[in-house]
Amino acid sequence: MCHTIGRVNGIHDMGGLHGFGPVRVEADEPVFHARWEARVFGMVRSLPGQNLDAGRHTLEQLDPVSYLQHGYYGRWLASMERVLLHLGVLAPGEVEARMRVPHAAPARGESEWSSPPARSFARPVDRTPRYLAGQAVRTRNHQPAGHTRLPAYARCKTGTIVRVHAAMVYPDDHAHGRGENPQYVYTVRFASDELWGADGEPGTVVHLDLFEPYLEAA
Amino acid sequence: MSGGHDHAHGASDLALRVEALEALLVEKGLVDPAVVDEIVRHYEEDVGPMNGARVVARAWTDPAYKRRLLDDGPAALAELGFGGDEGSHLRVLENTPAVHNVVVCTLCSCYPWPVLGLPPAWYKSPAYRSRIVREPRTVLAEMGLELPAEVEVRVWDSSAEVRYLVLPARPDGTESLGLDDLAALVTRDAMIGVAKVRGPSDG
Repeated sequence: MCHTIGRVNGIHDMGGLHGFGPVRVEADEPVFHARWEARVFGMVRSLPGQNLDAGRHTLEQLDPVSYLQHGYYGRWLASMERVLLHLGVLAPGEVEARMRVPHAAPARGESEWSSPPARSFARPVDRTPRYLAGQAVRTRNHQPAGHTRLPAYARCKTGTIVRVHAAMVYPDDHAHGRGENPQYVYTVRFASDELWGADGEPGTVVHLDLFEPYLEAA
Repeated sequence: MSGGHDHAHGASDLALRVEALEALLVEKGLVDPAVVDEIVRHYEEDVGPMNGARVVARAWTDPAYKRRLLDDGPAALAELGFGGDEGSHLRVLENTPAVHNVVVCTLCSCYPWPVLGLPPAWYKSPAYRSRIVREPRTVLAEMGLELPAEVEVRVWDSSAEVRYLVLPARPDGTESLGLDDLAALVTRDAMIGVAKVRGPSDG
């Protein structure tokens, strides 16, 4: 049996959840809605030693209520503070104490920043892909006690491979300091009724990019 | 965590908190405020949907470029000077009379930054992330895009490091337009796949 509920499943894994209401579109939306959002984005982007997968996992570890209340950049802020506390860069209460001290905007020097080059996640591996385009595959009941990029709604489902990508850094290991362990990535197409049963909308399909360990031959 | 930056504490508290955090990180030598300024400026001014719009306009007018774009997105983007983070494994999806593509990231908010900039709030919202995979036709109709039943809707959930850009259909009545005028018609929402590009005569 495929169980899709488990203690490791987080609120970030939103595909298919009910109850969030209509999509609210804001006309002429600014890139950042407040200056603090911009500063958080810029600080996170400029901090050294980034591990994208570990960063995503830190966001996922927020409790569900905070995850929903914080909003996108609020989550970035909470995640950044959590990491800095964990690393000992910040002491508990240090930010709150600093908030009570008047401070001017920090002085600016010469900036040496330029837009970072594209980071490829593809890695060479000495094996061939296990599956081929056109092949039917089934996703495993994969619920590790940590980070994964297999959404809950796509567990234990049968689909068809439509594209074979290079082997790429495997988030399930990389997020937890277990190295890059590159794995082939496949774009897999799922019919709506396979994912959603009788509620699936006719004539719709969903594609996901899935790492080889998530899959088995159907 | 202190929980000191949830909504209950208000926007001014949050602004103060981030100022205090930045001041601390500057003092500790981890953050250069001028670099933060420059990153913010880059994402507010240099990258955004105007980049993707240039890619789309070029593909509409140059069949050889369109083939290269569909075959190898990052290489074709680089021809126009676009690339960088969140664009290394970009794929372009062509809308046709029979197929409509729409992009989401249900697990976080992955988005093709080099061609669209940072995502709008609705793309990051729980409502969009939860619903577009389950009921795309309903969500698209709510957002103003009614698709005939015979058009297949393909949702692309950006679950790995591949990023997706939709190549929308070129609207009728634009045969005489040049690249700049065509690019001006192309919207962010059309390149995510929640809208069509409207022609100059569509009102």
